[in-house]
Amino acid sequence: MRFLILAALALTLVGCGGVSEAGSGGDKLTLVAYSTPREAYAQLTKDFAKTDAGEGVSFDESYGGSGEQSRAVEQGLPADVVAFSLAPDVDRLVESGQVAETWADDAHKGMVTSSVVVFAVRKGNPKGIKTWDDLVKDGVEVIEPNPFTSGGARWNVMAAYGAQKKLGKSHEESVEYLRELFKHVSVQDKSARESLQTFTGGKGDVLLAYENEAILAQEKGEDLDYVVPDQTILIENPVAVTKDAPDQAASFLDYIRAEEAQRVFGKAGYRPVNEALADEFQFPMPSGLFTIADVGGWDKVQKTFFDREDGIMAGIQREVGGALE
Amino acid sequence: MSSVAQPVAKPLRRRRPDATLSLGVTTGYLSVIVLIPLAALVLRSLEGGVGAFWDAVTEPQAVAALKLTFAVSFGVVLINAVFGTVIAWVLVRDSFRGKSIVNALIDLPFALPTIVAGLTLLALYGPRSPIGVNVAYSTAALIVALLFVTLPFVVRTVQPVLLELDRDMEEAAQSLGATSIQTFRRVVFPNLFPAILSGTALGFARSLGEFGAVVLISGNQPFKTEVASVYIFGQIESDNVTGAAAVSVVLLVASLGVLLAIGGVRRWATRHDL
Amino acid sequence: MTSRYALRFAALGYLAALLVVPVGLVVYRAFQDGVAEFIAAITTPEALHALWLTILIALIAVPANTVFGIFCALAIVRRKFPGHGLVNSIVDLPLALSPVVVGLALILVYGRQGWWGGWLIDNGFQVIFALPGMVLATIFVSLPFVVREVVPVLREIGDEQEEASATLGASSWQTFWRVTLPAIRWGVAYGVVLTTARALGEFGAVSVVSGRIAGRTETMTLHVEERFQAFEVQDAYAASVVLALLAVATLLAMTLLRKDEA
Repeated sequence: MRFLILAALALTLVGCGGVSEAGSGGDKLTLVAYSTPREAYAQLTKDFAKTDAGEGVSFDESYGGSGEQSRAVEQGLPADVVAFSLAPDVDRLVESGQVAETWADDAHKGMVTSSVVVFAVRKGNPKGIKTWDDLVKDGVEVIEPNPFTSGGARWNVMAAYGAQKKLGKSHEESVEYLRELFKHVSVQDKSARESLQTFTGGKGDVLLAYENEAILAQEKGEDLDYVVPDQTILIENPVAVTKDAPDQAASFLDYIRAEEAQRVFGKAGYRPVNEALADEFQFPMPSGLFTIADVGGWDKVQKTFFDREDGIMAGIQREVGGALE
Repeated sequence: MSSVAQPVAKPLRRRRPDATLSLGVTTGYLSVIVLIPLAALVLRSLEGGVGAFWDAVTEPQAVAALKLTFAVSFGVVLINAVFGTVIAWVLVRDSFRGKSIVNALIDLPFALPTIVAGLTLLALYGPRSPIGVNVAYSTAALIVALLFVTLPFVVRTVQPVLLELDRDMEEAAQSLGATSIQTFRRVVFPNLFPAILSGTALGFARSLGEFGAVVLISGNQPFKTEVASVYIFGQIESDNVTGAAAVSVVLLVASLGVLLAIGGVRRWATRHDL
Repeated sequence: MTSRYALRFAALGYLAALLVVPVGLVVYRAFQDGVAEFIAAITTPEALHALWLTILIALIAVPANTVFGIFCALAIVRRKFPGHGLVNSIVDLPLALSPVVVGLALILVYGRQGWWGGWLIDNGFQVIFALPGMVLATIFVSLPFVVREVVPVLREIGDEQEEASATLGASSWQTFWRVTLPAIRWGVAYGVVLTTARALGEFGAVSVVSGRIAGRTETMTLHVEERFQAFEVQDAYAASVVLALLAVATLLAMTLLRKDEA
């Protein structure tokens, strides 16, 4: 009997909990994002509530690996605003009918921030890692997340590949470089943030990371430096609203592309997409900067490199694993 | 059975509704909570036909993950079989101050969340180790994490048997001149064997599926330190739900097989009066 | 008797290296910056909500599994129906199944593309990535404990008392309430404690189905992971200590119950 009473009590509690979530006297938006911009969005969602458009709006936020989060939304994770590491993770939701096809049809092509792939190294750069060739020298241990679960990893791989093409190598030679590179990768975490943890935890000589992650780690007191290689890819991070989202979601999107919010991103180490702020932050401009379009665009790249069965990376994972047994 | 003659109305009849109720509740609850999700899993794994199932399960990375999982689990539970028996022995036959605290501590791996277990092992045996021991991101880390998780099983199956054990045989053997080792080997061990076996098997089944303790500390490197559960997770993330389901079914069948085997051993043991 | 000391040393040394020292280290590190810091870390809105959510889930899962556990044990021991061995193994399955597999299975039923998920979501019932999904996952993984503790007790006590009670004219409900239940109360108590510990500490399955919405679907264990990943390792240790304390409370309850029973 006592158990039945307990159970009834529990169910009442659940009911109360459910009710209090729904009608808390304001609008609740859900933001589902990839792992790294947690700190930036925590600030921005608060700031947004102080604006006219955002009055009374509060946010539920969820962060995780970009692919992980995208799949979760596809599976039913409630989301009004999605912010992922790369465009294909938004396109997945276009295919499932949750995001409008026209999501990228705006002044910024659907992007909210940029970054570049950098080499994070130990303080003082004891192994003198400056170029992509340095990564494949004997005894250099590279940390890099798993390309099949992490958006950041895919940026890394395309940065490596594209850098080789920029240096004049052919497609085959560039793929060969990727093979070499992955022989040096000792740990593959699920997400970019987790691989940063691994690196700051003491493993590896160099971490392939987003520039903004390296900056964040330094701000949090971690002992590392980072090198912006001459050839690297421009990381473009998309943001979109879902079809059923309330109007405030679209207002939020406008807000985070406006000057004030872009400044917050800039201070957090992200490169703003808003041209008005182009000169405000002194981000280094690598001479050999290229974009994903330069290496074929995501649609082609996803098929060629990241197809689970026939993709180049799947093959490399198999070979590298085999060679080391 | 009572020998008093009963009047015509057998009271046992009144328990029929009770029987249906407990059976009904059991099957209903089990179906909703366990069986239906597992059925969905099995069906999903066969969605592409048996061929697709086979392909998914024989993919090199899957095979590597499964091999690693089975091999490491096997080694780990063997180690814990030995240490578990030693610990059970010490807890039953020895006496020292604080023994009851030690006894309670054995259940810690059962009670502690796996993520916390992983975190604590990472703190002591990882990069920021205060004693300079760093095994993180290697097979050694996998072994340590799984040792932690499977520790209590053999201890808890052996303890009750040791407690019940009649000392007469041991004393008889000793009085006939057998050494402690001989006594253990010939007299005690055969009695403990079924308990050790079932504890080992339970630990093995548990270890096959471990995720939380392993995911922080092992590095999850495909073909090197990636266990089956992490591989499954990765396949879910790369849109290969069918493949993930297929390897999950392999783990499911292995676990079920081990559990059925334990049940069989138990029945064999009781039949032989062990 | 050096062999006795050798054995004792081996046993205690192993336990120290594997259990005691790692946990002790985390406790030490959690309080390294002082007690005030520790309190601050575990009283943030997210941490408090995570704790509340964890307890709430346990408050639903434990009674459910207890009621089920008693009925199931009765069915297994008293009604020898065909296939009761299989039922026994199915009940034990959650002990052995990987939490990732549990999460996947639940998504395949209740996710948007799952068996019932689409229909449920369209009718306003969010199961996955919301409380119900997390409760289901927790019930799944903590299912076996009451059954496993009660079955041996039921076997041991036999059904003579129940038969006697029935002969004396008691209804089956009365028999259950007055005879059976008191006889199995220690088994039930142990089972409840173990179920609670398991429910409070679940990580893997819940992490797959929760969606990790901070302040909404993060349990205490997920909170530990989140803090670790946000470079707030102190916070992670602090939350771990809270969970470890809950684990210790469980161990204490078990020990006290054993003493009371004896």
